[in-house]
Amino acid sequence: MNPDLGAEIVSLSLQHLRLVGITIAIAAALALPGAVLLARRPGGRRWVLGFTNIAQTVPSLALFGFLLPFIGIGEHTAILALTLYALLPILRNTLTGILGVDAAVRESAMAMGMTPRQILWQVELPLAVPSIVAGLRIATVTTIGTATIAAFIGAGGLGVFLVRGIAMMDKQALLAGALPAAAMALIADEGLEWIERKLSPA
Amino acid sequence: MYHENCSPVSSILEIRDVCCALGGRPILRHINLTVEEGETVVLLGRSGSGKTTLLKTVNGLVPVSSGEIRFEGRAAGQWDAVAMRRRMGYVIQDAGLFPHWTVEANIGLVPRLEKWEPARVAARVEALFETVGLPPAEFRHRYPRQLSGGQRQRVGIARALGADPPLLLFDEPFASLDPITRYELQRQFLDLRHTVRKTALFVTHDVREALLLGSRIALLDDGALELVATPGEFLAAKTPQARAFLATLEDSGRPN
Repeated sequence: MNPDLGAEIVSLSLQHLRLVGITIAIAAALALPGAVLLARRPGGRRWVLGFTNIAQTVPSLALFGFLLPFIGIGEHTAILALTLYALLPILRNTLTGILGVDAAVRESAMAMGMTPRQILWQVELPLAVPSIVAGLRIATVTTIGTATIAAFIGAGGLGVFLVRGIAMMDKQALLAGALPAAAMALIADEGLEWIERKLSPA
Repeated sequence: MYHENCSPVSSILEIRDVCCALGGRPILRHINLTVEEGETVVLLGRSGSGKTTLLKTVNGLVPVSSGEIRFEGRAAGQWDAVAMRRRMGYVIQDAGLFPHWTVEANIGLVPRLEKWEPARVAARVEALFETVGLPPAEFRHRYPRQLSGGQRQRVGIARALGADPPLLLFDEPFASLDPITRYELQRQFLDLRHTVRKTALFVTHDVREALLLGSRIALLDDGALELVATPGEFLAAKTPQARAFLATLEDSGRPN
């Protein structure tokens, strides 16, 4: 392996991580408060989950294609599309976690005179943590994979190797893109699983 | 007739002509019941008779459709719901302990919500361990899932007693316990009544429990109060539901 390739792997990996990091940060910033709001509103829940479900079913390459005419080529388009995909797992898992809190626990919290805010922060969210982290984990791992497609719209990342490898029938380029992405996904999966275990309420 | 607001003796809890309908279905019909300081009023009834709903209207978990509930001389509407609930202990069937908190943290819940000094909370929790008969050293750091059903219920009672509330609400607290543990806790409830002299509203479908624990028994049938009587009077009562409940006493234990 020539040193240029090594350097390129590092720089594209970092770019890839950047895409994933920004995506997950935005998706979490939207989905976590969103789930908290939706937990209190069964009516809105159907609409929002429906929308995120639909967003999820659109093939990613097609979604990039749809967005291109509106916001053009580049990183922000990729991040927008990736964020749409990452929303659902985080939203759904957080909701499941909050709604999954034992009714008797919630009822006694209310009956003991806890305010809705205290119930949220001291009871519901701590008990939902494993589920929330599981959602972040799914979102992160899928985003690492999906982000390789971002290269098709000029957003860089490890997908650059894949685009090149496919175009030039270059196995080495394909591996240079696929292996680091796979490693990244595995590490993220393991790491977040560890955090999930650590944060689980006793 | 006295003016509404100057009843000579102020009862701790007054339920006045309370009706409650959920989803258009009447659950409670014109309930009138007064609970005086120090007594244990048992709400006895079959499943679906409205006894749990009545209990939950008292702490505002279920809103009333009409009528009024007065606690410590003030109408429920004049109370801040959170402040009012902190003056009413609440114990339910499966205790509803917070699974992510230790026993110690669970028991100290209301004092901490009331912003007591940490040292005072710790002393209170220590005392409550004694009150419900659990050795603090052994149980302090355990989590609810590490307890037996009876121990969980003791912790639930200790938590309800937390900030020394004037009224305790019990919703079939012993229903899911084995008979021996249930009997132990019933005895302990009686002892507790002597030592802490609490006023309690206690829901059960077990007529034996009602006779054992109640200073008075309020019998509910299909959302209406059929009878309010002392255990002695209840044993001689002739109303249909009372007779039906008493019949279960006569039959049980008879050798085949």
